[in-house]
Amino acid sequence: MPFSFSKDEVLETVSMLHTEKLDIRTITMGINIQDCRDIDGVNTGKKVYAKIRDYAKNLVQVGDEIEKTYGIPIINKRIAVSPVSIVGNGLSAEGMVTVGRYLDEAAQDVGVNFIGGFTALVHKGFSNGDRALLEAIPETLASTERVCASVNLGTTKAGINMDAVYMMGHVIKATAERTGDKNGLGCAKLVIFCNAVEDNPFMAGAFHGIGEAESTINIGISGPGVILNVVRKHPETSLGDLANIIKNTAFKITRMGELVGREASKRLGVPFGIVDVSLAPTPAIGDSVAEIIKAMGLEMVGAHGSTAALAMLNDAVKKGGAMASSNVGGLSGAFIPVSEDAGMMDSVIAGALNIDKLEAMTSVCSVGLDMIAIPGDTSAATISGIIADEAAIGMINRKTTAVRLIPAPGKKVGEWVEFGGLLGRAPVMAVNNFSSEAFINRKGRIPAPIHALNN
Amino acid sequence: MGEPEKIIITVLGHDQVGIIAKISTILASNNINILDISQTILQGFFTMVMVADISASKLDVGNLKKMLQEQGGPMNLEITVQHEDIFKFMHRI
Repeated sequence: MPFSFSKDEVLETVSMLHTEKLDIRTITMGINIQDCRDIDGVNTGKKVYAKIRDYAKNLVQVGDEIEKTYGIPIINKRIAVSPVSIVGNGLSAEGMVTVGRYLDEAAQDVGVNFIGGFTALVHKGFSNGDRALLEAIPETLASTERVCASVNLGTTKAGINMDAVYMMGHVIKATAERTGDKNGLGCAKLVIFCNAVEDNPFMAGAFHGIGEAESTINIGISGPGVILNVVRKHPETSLGDLANIIKNTAFKITRMGELVGREASKRLGVPFGIVDVSLAPTPAIGDSVAEIIKAMGLEMVGAHGSTAALAMLNDAVKKGGAMASSNVGGLSGAFIPVSEDAGMMDSVIAGALNIDKLEAMTSVCSVGLDMIAIPGDTSAATISGIIADEAAIGMINRKTTAVRLIPAPGKKVGEWVEFGGLLGRAPVMAVNNFSSEAFINRKGRIPAPIHALNN
Repeated sequence: MGEPEKIIITVLGHDQVGIIAKISTILASNNINILDISQTILQGFFTMVMVADISASKLDVGNLKKMLQEQGGPMNLEITVQHEDIFKFMHRI
């Protein structure tokens, strides 16, 4: 029997998995909990708990089995549920907190490390449930371990809800204070979106969108190390050719996600949603998006040219992914979280990278200002200002943008904030100290841009 | 005997006596059938890629990998075991 693969092909794959840290970052099971409403928080929570236990009871075991069968590392198994503000509409803030606690318990009992969906979609306005949920966020994130919250406050079609922008500044501050003993860890589990993606498998922003099926399996695949390696192997290649090389590599790593997704879907009896091929860095050396940008020829991330380099990288990853899977997730591209990427931290420490440059880079990367520690005394209005800027970039450019900021209580610029585990550690970065207050206090709504009128 | 379940084993390391013997003994004693071997030595560096059928074995890929790595450890060999489907998905459409 002849070899079905050339030795080079075999060794390329083996080296991706073993030395370049290619892995399946997450198998995320989406579960619709909209049928779990009951008279109060406790009874709703109990129904939610029972449904998650029922649907996800084999999730961790199946993930482990696939890891064993194929020899592919699968790092996280996670759950995303329908936005709790919809299920819990009519509940008080305390009722929402109660539902959050049941989510936490369900996550713990099925063995997943994060559960997303403590979510409100308020891009056009608030329902009563949305208001209660926003009010419940600080307490929920302080009193649970695994629950992740997200709020979508703008879309290209609806504009930006500036009332929500105003409120989220205060919610972030309150969450940081409630989790002050852990450096504001609660804020690491809270994402503010514009144009949120409904089938995102990555935490903390995952939720099971309202247009989704009863239950789905979404795969998040990662591989900054693999891309870094191919870029390093071609130090003088022109950028057009390099884009092609990155595209080919992204294709290969997405195929692995496709394989795992199909298999997980089959074994769990749940439809396969999407593969999200995102270069999601971890604090491990070499598992860094910043290092890829440096390998492209920039001394440090933040040097002029960084935005262009990231734009090319992000686009090449998407193109490779689009060819490799019939259903590629909407976030696919490159993440640029500061605390989870050793190269980003180096650039911040070297003074090469500041929050303004990061903001510019988010206009071409797949998400946004992610896992950035800012001084604890930053005002709510300034945080709202940062959210508004980021949402505006998303709205105008028809892309997802997100903000995950940690105003670390008591910390000043240059100090370090430790979160531990996958969340890493981050240097506190300076924000612009001129006031945004009068602008934010205007509230109201920024109307949808002209290119929303495309019908 | 059902459908063959193919795995691909790679072994990298400094060339020495008995590498193939060692690996194939472990495979044979676990009822894993070798389908093909390709082996080269480049400047004293040993590279082997092996295709085998694991369907009749009680071991799964994870356990086999562990066993090979434990036994290959003293010989300073780097051993990996992957399911064939990964290569199919990555390199063939």
